[in-house]
Amino acid sequence: MALAAGDELDGYRILSRRHAGGMAVIYDVARDDLPAPAVMKVPRFGQGDTGATIVGFEVEQMVLATGDGDPLPRLFGQGDLAATPYLVMERIEGTVIADLVDQAPLPFDALRRIGIAVAEALDSLHRRDIIHLDIKPSNIILRPDGRASLIDLGLAHHRRLPDLLAEEIRRPVGSAPYISPEQVLGVRNESRSDLFALGVMLYELATGKLPYGAPSGLSGMRRRLHVQPLPPRAHRPDLPPALQEVILRCLEIEPAKRYATGHDLAADLQHPESMQLGERAHRSGQDGVLQRLRRWFVGVGLEPAHMQGAPVSSGAGQVPIVLVSVAVNHTNAQAHAALRREAERLARGRPEARLAFITVVRPPPAMGTAEDSHSAPREHLRVLVALRNWAAEVDVEAARVTCHVVEGADPAEAVLDYVRSNHVDTLLLGAPPASLADSRLLQPVAVRIALQAPCTVVIARVPQA
Amino acid sequence: MKYAFIADLHSNIEALEAVLHHAAMHGVERRVFLGDLVGYGADPAAVVDRVAACLQDGDLAVMGNHDSAVCARERDAMNDEAQAAVLWTRGQLSAEQLSFLRDLPLILRQDDITCVHASAAEPGRWTYVFDGLAAMRSLEEAGTPWVFSGHVHDPTLFYAGRDGRLLPFLPSEGVAIPVPAHRQWLSIVGSCGQPRDLRPGARYALFDSDQQRLRFFRVPYDATVPAAKIRAAGLAERFALHLEGRA
Repeated sequence: MALAAGDELDGYRILSRRHAGGMAVIYDVARDDLPAPAVMKVPRFGQGDTGATIVGFEVEQMVLATGDGDPLPRLFGQGDLAATPYLVMERIEGTVIADLVDQAPLPFDALRRIGIAVAEALDSLHRRDIIHLDIKPSNIILRPDGRASLIDLGLAHHRRLPDLLAEEIRRPVGSAPYISPEQVLGVRNESRSDLFALGVMLYELATGKLPYGAPSGLSGMRRRLHVQPLPPRAHRPDLPPALQEVILRCLEIEPAKRYATGHDLAADLQHPESMQLGERAHRSGQDGVLQRLRRWFVGVGLEPAHMQGAPVSSGAGQVPIVLVSVAVNHTNAQAHAALRREAERLARGRPEARLAFITVVRPPPAMGTAEDSHSAPREHLRVLVALRNWAAEVDVEAARVTCHVVEGADPAEAVLDYVRSNHVDTLLLGAPPASLADSRLLQPVAVRIALQAPCTVVIARVPQA
Repeated sequence: MKYAFIADLHSNIEALEAVLHHAAMHGVERRVFLGDLVGYGADPAAVVDRVAACLQDGDLAVMGNHDSAVCARERDAMNDEAQAAVLWTRGQLSAEQLSFLRDLPLILRQDDITCVHASAAEPGRWTYVFDGLAAMRSLEEAGTPWVFSGHVHDPTLFYAGRDGRLLPFLPSEGVAIPVPAHRQWLSIVGSCGQPRDLRPGARYALFDSDQQRLRFFRVPYDATVPAAKIRAAGLAERFALHLEGRA
């Protein structure tokens, strides 16, 4: 179907051709009832077409139809697949990340900004049970408001819909430079595949190089099952170790070693100063032959079990978060012990949950302060250390624990804000002191939080004699 | 048109009423009963009467292997407990109710929809559609975009994967699945009256043929009532445990 400016299809007026790709042509279109500027995507069904294009088109239509937009374009209309297949969707304005690749290496701040925007977009996509599976620079648009939109859902997987791209004999489906190791093996229900692809993209934007090149064959793609890429700092020595840590964690071969969710990734990029840097941050070369050989054997054994139906445990957005609100400055040791005991109990009861410890500090005075020892970053750091020490006494594996110091003039509002924006499942608080129980004027912070929190709230109390 | 497909009712009037009510709330215009109205449960007469009344209003039904066994004196490859329930059921039904069961068709075609208890390939042989190959045979024989069946008690949607082979999809409750007519879809709608997956509740599927969307439901109801009736009737304990989600 060839359309030109001035043509009309089902009432849509073709304004201009916007983009002609290998799989589809995109037109700007108008119709009086459209709620926003729109484009029409018309698939190219050409000679030698194996049907994969058509199925990809069906998948995109199915997945877009489940959504309410952000981070995907809203779907406004669709043509009859048998006669005139097309999709009419929201036109996303902004910068396609592919246009930034030529400018790589990008400044650190731009890298962080892009990483945060894409990670948050992925997090929200994964929460809607959708895995993109084709994350790459040409499929992401950075909008003027700083958020990222994800386009081209032709390879996507929706956890609650039949996967039209699944097949008994699994083949890799994805874009060779960005495809995750598990996708090379045909796995399509791992949300952390998208985080791997984001890692490849950040690597590319940080260094101007692709970590695994652009292999053309299956054996080239399989290399990433057992070979770790050269650390990005080998290409760009001034790259902050924290950024290298983030990128290499995305590029871990085993999904379980990557970030659990896009939100976790974004949180690290937002607060690189509070990251605990590991071996990845300082790695300077590739590992030795023995290490690779060991990984090769693991990679060979990585062939996955049949994926149909069974829900996967690794679902992003499904890692429950238990938030523990700690007043590190309080001196009542018994109250602290009661809170720790309850935190351990909750952690044991939900082995899959992450524990986040939070404490609220007042924001620094706007005018700053004369004494350097009281400057905001120092105070922030002091409280963070105190919180880490507090958390270290809780008997739970360190890998499940994160510590956060947040600023807020109103401690209750600050905790509630964290609960809402991080989709916390369970919030654990210390009981307010008995002396406040009868106060009519001053509602204890814990009570205000308990009344307003959109999640389960557990209140730990010192056992009464 | 909004259809409710209800299979494997198995003499459980409480489950059937729960499903009929749920379907009515969702604006269902036509009910299709996919066989095995009787067997296992303790209320065969009530279920047969209820279904017969629905058919008076234009609803449809096909025969299942338990219905066939009860009215035709045939002994299909049933285990002893099921066979005992068949004999017990026969004693509970009037001549009129038995003849209603006997007159049910094995297979029905309505527009683009095929309805059959087991497989559309040789419906009277009661083949279990457990895998893609069996599903493919049924779909090929049916030749319609949509086939709805029961017999297997756990809900499954068979669809063509990228290589054309049929794959099973385990539906999530209540999620609307697009099932466009240019493909073929075989739905096992799940058992209304005798679940086997340790989860109590009455299953059925709701299909909107205009929107071409399909939803699988599990309707909660008090399963202790039919379970108590099974025990009081002296039928196999296992049938009661299935209802309670305990076996």
